[in-house]
Amino acid sequence: MRNLAVIGMALLAALGTAVVLAIAIALPATAEVAAERAKALEHMVIQDCGSCHGLTLKGGLGKPLTATALDGAAPEALSQIILDGVPGTAMPPWRPLLTEEEAGWIAHYLLKDKK
Amino acid sequence: MKTLALCLSLMAAPLLTAPAMAQTPCCATGDLGVVVERATGSLLLVDRSDHAAIGRVEGLGDLSHASVTFSPDERFAYVFGRDGGLTKVDMLTQTIAARIIQAGNSIGGAISDDGKLIAVSNYEPGGVKVFDADTLALVGDIPGTSKTIGLVDVPGRRFAWSTWDSGEAFMADFSGADMKVTKLGDVGKNPFDAVLTDDAHTYLIGLFGEKGVTAIDLWDDVPAPVRFLQDYGKTEDDLPVYKMPHLQGWAFTEGQFVLPAVGQHELLWVNRETLEEVDRTPTHGQPVFIIAQPASPFVWVNFATPLNDTVQIVDSRNHQVVATLTPGKAVLHMEFAPRGAEVWISSRDDEKILIYDTHTREKIAEIPAQSPSGIFFTARAHRTGL
Repeated sequence: MRNLAVIGMALLAALGTAVVLAIAIALPATAEVAAERAKALEHMVIQDCGSCHGLTLKGGLGKPLTATALDGAAPEALSQIILDGVPGTAMPPWRPLLTEEEAGWIAHYLLKDKK
Repeated sequence: MKTLALCLSLMAAPLLTAPAMAQTPCCATGDLGVVVERATGSLLLVDRSDHAAIGRVEGLGDLSHASVTFSPDERFAYVFGRDGGLTKVDMLTQTIAARIIQAGNSIGGAISDDGKLIAVSNYEPGGVKVFDADTLALVGDIPGTSKTIGLVDVPGRRFAWSTWDSGEAFMADFSGADMKVTKLGDVGKNPFDAVLTDDAHTYLIGLFGEKGVTAIDLWDDVPAPVRFLQDYGKTEDDLPVYKMPHLQGWAFTEGQFVLPAVGQHELLWVNRETLEEVDRTPTHGQPVFIIAQPASPFVWVNFATPLNDTVQIVDSRNHQVVATLTPGKAVLHMEFAPRGAEVWISSRDDEKILIYDTHTREKIAEIPAQSPSGIFFTARAHRTGL
């Protein structure tokens, strides 16, 4: 039974990856981000986004950003929020610090709920 | 604190050796402190005199916005974690004395002036909970639907706080047999933090959602909010704020308040009596903490990402920047020795605590730490408002 569960989870994970890959392919905005930059972006999400959204992204002054919390959100919409902020809230526009590709990378990263 | 190891071994020994302890006084905590290691959920115990880490306590949960307050005997550190955890850490045995998860998401707390009560302000669910400082048993619950911010202790077993969503301020009074909660008033849109002046006279509330600062005179029989600095705060045209300023360090110096501008790279100097703006100081970035160097005319300022590798020192007499330091990457916090001789600065991304002599402004020591954020010395035990 344990083996079955493991296989099931692996399948699910593969499926999840496939779905995300499909979205990525369909979205020219999420162009390649160099590996080193991706590492810096991950650090930024955890530490700087984490200041408001929590290091585990479960929320704080800002809303939770876990994959569960973002369930169904379009990556384009997330990118837009990252780049332009949400007027009337504490979410600032990150466009001065991020390219559109980088914002797209973060959107996908969040939707995959990387730890 | 060189005797700490000896002391710990004595504590583990049978009771019969108690007289030996009397002959070898040890385990003083007056020059100790803790450093929040935000990513690993641990607390680094540090010795101020030795410029050294002396231990680490782990298992404190999500510390992405952690703050710490101390028991009056400076033995216990109460750590308020992002995940709603409230942990009582014994600085002597370097162990967790008690730990509860009291909410889903919290932001900070304070200890009552008699050291008996710990209040925690929560985001999710909103509201404030008050605990017995000894046992962490719940003694008061003030539920709310709004995120709470700016919780301070007020003399007389009281606590005050404000609410981010509904823009109100409240006071809970524990001096009588029953808890008494009073609304202090409507203070403005989206207060982001609040602070009590060192004389416990004025509760100052910074607003994010509209212009202005709100002051409440707590010495008044009927405290009421008064708005000042009507052009202070953020508007759509302002610069993005990549980290909320903190007001706990709002410096009170030379008869002035020094406030971080919100959405501007400036400090604002306000006359403490008239509440009029007297000057502005252009700074390196969006100020986060402005902290007065004790027993001096200077305030030290750090900044929001991405300009957070820099610390500036400003003279409160002429409002000029007198020094600009670059201690390390992602400077998150500064804590002064109680008499101001040195300042400890956390560099999150260099994974270090940097210790500066405040007279020469030269670095005199470093301590490795894991993603350090807040630094808290035990002397805070004796400061009103924390």
